[in-house]
Amino acid sequence: MTRLAVPKTYKLYLGGKFPRSESGRVYAIQSHDGEFLANAAKASRKDARDAVVAARSALGGWAGATAYNRGQVLYRIAELLEGRRAQFTAEIVQSEGVSVAVAAAQVDEAIDRWVWYAGWADKYLQVAGNANPVSGPYFNLSVPEPTGVVAIIAPQTGGSLLGLVSAVAPALVSGNTVVVVANETMPLSAISLGEVLATSDVPGGVVNVLTGSPAEMAPWLASHADVNALDLVGAGDLDWIHLEIDAAETLTRVLQPENGPDAASPSLARILAFTETKTIWHTKGLI
Amino acid sequence: MTTSHSVMAQLNTGERALALIGGEATDANLRRYLHGIPGIDAVGLEQRAADLGTRSIKTSSKKWAIDKIISLIDLTTLEGADTPGKVKSLVGKALTPDAGDLSCPRVAAVCVYGDMVKHAVAALGSAHSRGTDAGVRVAAVATAFPSGRASLAVKLADVRDAVDAGADEIDMVIDRGAFLSGRFAQVYDEIVAVKQNCRRPDGSAAHLKVILETGELNTYDNVRRASWLAILAGADFIKTSTGKVPVAATLPVTLSMLEVVRDWHRLTGAKVGVKPAGGIRTSKDATKYLVTVAETVGEEWLSPGLFRFGASSLLNDVLMQRQKMTSGHYSGPDYVTMD
Repeated sequence: MTRLAVPKTYKLYLGGKFPRSESGRVYAIQSHDGEFLANAAKASRKDARDAVVAARSALGGWAGATAYNRGQVLYRIAELLEGRRAQFTAEIVQSEGVSVAVAAAQVDEAIDRWVWYAGWADKYLQVAGNANPVSGPYFNLSVPEPTGVVAIIAPQTGGSLLGLVSAVAPALVSGNTVVVVANETMPLSAISLGEVLATSDVPGGVVNVLTGSPAEMAPWLASHADVNALDLVGAGDLDWIHLEIDAAETLTRVLQPENGPDAASPSLARILAFTETKTIWHTKGLI
Repeated sequence: MTTSHSVMAQLNTGERALALIGGEATDANLRRYLHGIPGIDAVGLEQRAADLGTRSIKTSSKKWAIDKIISLIDLTTLEGADTPGKVKSLVGKALTPDAGDLSCPRVAAVCVYGDMVKHAVAALGSAHSRGTDAGVRVAAVATAFPSGRASLAVKLADVRDAVDAGADEIDMVIDRGAFLSGRFAQVYDEIVAVKQNCRRPDGSAAHLKVILETGELNTYDNVRRASWLAILAGADFIKTSTGKVPVAATLPVTLSMLEVVRDWHRLTGAKVGVKPAGGIRTSKDATKYLVTVAETVGEEWLSPGLFRFGASSLLNDVLMQRQKMTSGHYSGPDYVTMD
């Protein structure tokens, strides 16, 4: 006996909840050979606005968590991803049309990337911070601090899960909160990652996943005065120079698009790209 | 309510009230009158309010609404930790809500505790309205705000103190305990006494806003009765809440109060103002109130003399919306003042 197909209509992941797009729009996700896979919410500029509000309100808690705790939380994501390996592999096979082995390798690499970045959470500070020698009886310390709300245009080509993780994880390490616009044509991995994050220890609002058109949302995120940094890693096909100009109006930190297989490859530089260095003076010994 | 409109309109407030309730303002007479008012269909009221909240206000209408909301705000600080310095900065914000855009209108009033009135008046300087329609007014909460638990003598002294310090408006609280236990005459007499104490030596008087504290009245019927009672006793404004109890202004409660104001206007031709206060934090919420006012009592009520928002954090959200409309991109909390 054949079963009735149950086609899904996925929603956004905003502020720890799964709302529909305020616009009510959806679009069809297709497999690599053009078959219908599911519907995804087509987020509007107002969803992007709501996502920034959610990210802003989550910032204090996430940036204020201890580095050790953030590392644990990020590692927990890797654990959960490991448990859902089969689901992610199947979705990558469907959307990207790669073999099971290639898809599984991508999932493994994505899991490893979470582990790698989780490890940096309580270490990047020692590497990037410094005790500066000054001519007086003072401690003079330079420490990196999270930039704030980071808007990311996820890579639109290549591995749909790995690209997303490579862009999101480094921003989270130092305590930033993230609004990410997923891969437009292959958003399944991003949607499932949202479900993973919702059941992980990541507080609601720390990662907000928007599915839909990057070309539609990117200008609003770039010009948004409450976005502190903009990662255009996947915006190579957009008019990204104008996005950069818009972002400059409110002194938003910008990372330019990257292409090719090495796009958003793991590096300490990606962590430090979303930090600001604060230098403090303190008297040395009052005894 | 058989007395004709023209006759009612000629009477003064006190006579009008006595004519309506058919005798002296005793508990028995007031109870007979207030309990004779038709009950509220709670489901219908909430549906009507929800329906009014679905109106879509966009582009030029939204621009108008945003400026209107700002001009109707009673910018409020009612904290135990208030200082003259904080009141001064509140007044600064009332006069120049958006320092980056001087075309932004001023708010209607600043609302402070009685002892802060002199600081607010001093900070306003020539921008103080002093009984005129221009400028920013100073509103003071009085009568042992927010609980109202003090003797009448203390409450009246509180009011006189604020009026003498230069308050243009007095926000008094009713004795909810007396109201809920049916001692309507006590509530009525208190409002009348406070109203008398709002008079200034030169014959003018501070406007009286009566806070019903609807969050403690439990039912819509009680809200309607309290609204009638306050208006009969001579309130210039009826105000929902102190903002100090968990349930503050809601759209259905405000709608039911607006309906009383509408009925009173039909009956007597007199206009009473309404002030929802507490819990209105976004410009979207505030816009729903504008729609409700316009649809219930008419657009004439959308003026500072007849409608106010009691709010503090609302202004920042409205300003961010205003900046979005002017600049074309979303603004953020970094671009408005911290409260």
